Amino acid sequence: MDEKGINSGPLHGLWAVTNRELKKWYKEPFIFIISLVQPIIWIGLFGKAMNLGEIFSAGSLNIPGLDLPKQIIDSLSQEILKSTFGTTNYFSFLAVGMLSFIVLFSAMSSGMTIVWDRRLGFLNKMLTTPLSRGNVIMGKVLSSVIKALVQAVIVLLIAVLLGLTFSAQFTVFSLAITFFALFLLAMGLSSLFIMLAIRSTRWETQMAIMNLLNLPLLFASNAFYPVKFMPYWLKPIVMVNPLTYANNVARAMLIGVTPTASVAFSVLYLVGFAAIFSFIGIFLSWKYISS
Amino acid sequence: MTDSIIKVVGLTKIYNHTVLAVDHISFEVNRGEIFGLLGPNGAGKSTTIGMLNTLLKPTEGTALIDGIDVTKEPSNVRKIIGVVPQEYTADEDLTGWENVMLIADFYGISRDISRQRAKELLEMVGLTEASKRKVETYSGGMRRRLELAMGLINKPKVLFLDEPTLGLDVQTRTAIWEHIRKLKSEYNMTILVTTHYLEEADEFCDRIAIIDRGKIVKADTPENLKKGVGGDIITIQLTKDGKDVDQALKGIQGVTEVKNNGDGLITLKVIDGGAVAPAIIKAFTQMNLNVTRLTLARPTMDEVYMTYTGRNLREEQATSEETFTMRRTMRTARS
Ligand SMILES: Nc1ncnc2c1ncn2[C@@H]1O[C@H](COP(=O)(O)OP(=O)(O)OP(=O)(O)O)[C@@H](O)[C@H]1O
Ligand SMILES: [Mg+2]
Repeated sequence: MDEKGINSGPLHGLWAVTNRELKKWYKEPFIFIISLVQPIIWIGLFGKAMNLGEIFSAGSLNIPGLDLPKQIIDSLSQEILKSTFGTTNYFSFLAVGMLSFIVLFSAMSSGMTIVWDRRLGFLNKMLTTPLSRGNVIMGKVLSSVIKALVQAVIVLLIAVLLGLTFSAQFTVFSLAITFFALFLLAMGLSSLFIMLAIRSTRWETQMAIMNLLNLPLLFASNAFYPVKFMPYWLKPIVMVNPLTYANNVARAMLIGVTPTASVAFSVLYLVGFAAIFSFIGIFLSWKYISS
Repeated sequence: MTDSIIKVVGLTKIYNHTVLAVDHISFEVNRGEIFGLLGPNGAGKSTTIGMLNTLLKPTEGTALIDGIDVTKEPSNVRKIIGVVPQEYTADEDLTGWENVMLIADFYGISRDISRQRAKELLEMVGLTEASKRKVETYSGGMRRRLELAMGLINKPKVLFLDEPTLGLDVQTRTAIWEHIRKLKSEYNMTILVTTHYLEEADEFCDRIAIIDRGKIVKADTPENLKKGVGGDIITIQLTKDGKDVDQALKGIQGVTEVKNNGDGLITLKVIDGGAVAPAIIKAFTQMNLNVTRLTLARPTMDEVYMTYTGRNLREEQATSEETFTMRRTMRTARS
């Protein structure tokens, strides 16, 4: 066995695992495009077609008999919007919420890839090579994070095209903080879903888990609606949901909504979430990946 | 002196605390040998290979590959082995070339070396042209050959092949075995192989272990195994019935069994048929009987297999091929 030309460092093969996933993705533009359709439909449907902001506009708020001047109604409705969503533009509010949504959906499907790899024998193939078990998992997480962030960028671009307006304080720095928060969210969620899939050989089980978790995680967050108007029993759930904190950061940074929890706290919360779940995820996966 | 590269002592696997799949097996494989594991479905062949290639943790016992313990230093074992599993493992969404290069990356082989090797290996298995295509377009034989190339990218000292020819046509099977032979002769590679095709095991393996219900019931060279089941079979056709010849035939040295229905066709079981045949003809001449035809048949692996497992492998072969086809259908159904 010639030792030269052999890299047996602890991270060898990590990029190979990651790139394999990415390759499948960018080589199949169809799947790539399909995955973007959902958040865009949400943006269009809730942001444009069923725009909550419209309810408070001058046209709909005209009370007969009470002949309020248009100016007053306008400023009144602006105030209502402002106090409800923290911005007068519900479309922007929702569009930014869709960033964490796409990250959630992207991270969910990462668990699926490991089920298929186990089912189709590729996982076993990997495990008979000197590739470390940790790298098998980290490669999956990493590729999932990259996919999630790329999709988030595209969703943001589309939202801008559709009329998302940034706050006056918006800078490149705000963008960096936002994507750092989304990165942490993607990291924690991907680890979580890979962990849930690690021993599974049935994709049906995985689908069931995904379906069970996706809408509750999405609606029990501030993605569509602000926390302060939620019923008391829902609030605790919303306040542990990492999506809420990612939305907090993104909204504060991009459209200037004053968040319920400070940006610093939100970022810290996400750091903790990502650290704990990727640690547990990688540890458990490493332990239970083979029998 | 025999130099054994695989040493297995008391290796045992119990799945989920209940299924005893491999039951304290011990064997050694010599360096540069093609060693066959033969046995019915569920005998524990794949489980044995799984423990040797570090995929499964043994419940008990030890195994050394080139002196390295599979449970204590699995990552060092992985560096020197190649594995071609029973099922197809290549990533169907990637091309043949990408698959081989991917495995090379898993081994940490630097790009300039792996490119060269991948080229040579794909050439060797005759996939140079096809390697630019996605694996989902490959036929069964092409997939097998690709798996072989993938298993060889690290120039392993020991190659594990689990049913490398299952479900393939005779021509492809022969081609695969030619590759295996070449690996042995050119690189002195040690090959541990399982198969359901007895004639393949007979023709290509240096030694065979017959495994049944998790235990090795017999291990030897194909030659010795066949000798062990009672020697050759001689069939004689006489012009007359030859009713009273049994006693005389049994007196000939080497004859162990005589079957005579009295219709002129006599079947004998003999040890070393070639040497006994002249004596038999002589005996008949002395009894004034004319032998019109004498055929000498060596016992086949089928008989060996029957003797040690009490089963007929032909039926097993069919069920294995069936499950294999089913698995493939399932793979295709995925997309
Ligand atoms: N993951 C598992 N969990 C539980 N039992 C298992 C598992 N894998 C195999 N077995 C059982 O262990 C026994 C040996 O299986 P193994 O796959 O090693 O047989 P085999 O000789 O390779 O058979 P085949 O010729 O069908 O490939 C069988 O009874 C099988 O059902
Ligand atoms: Mg098997």
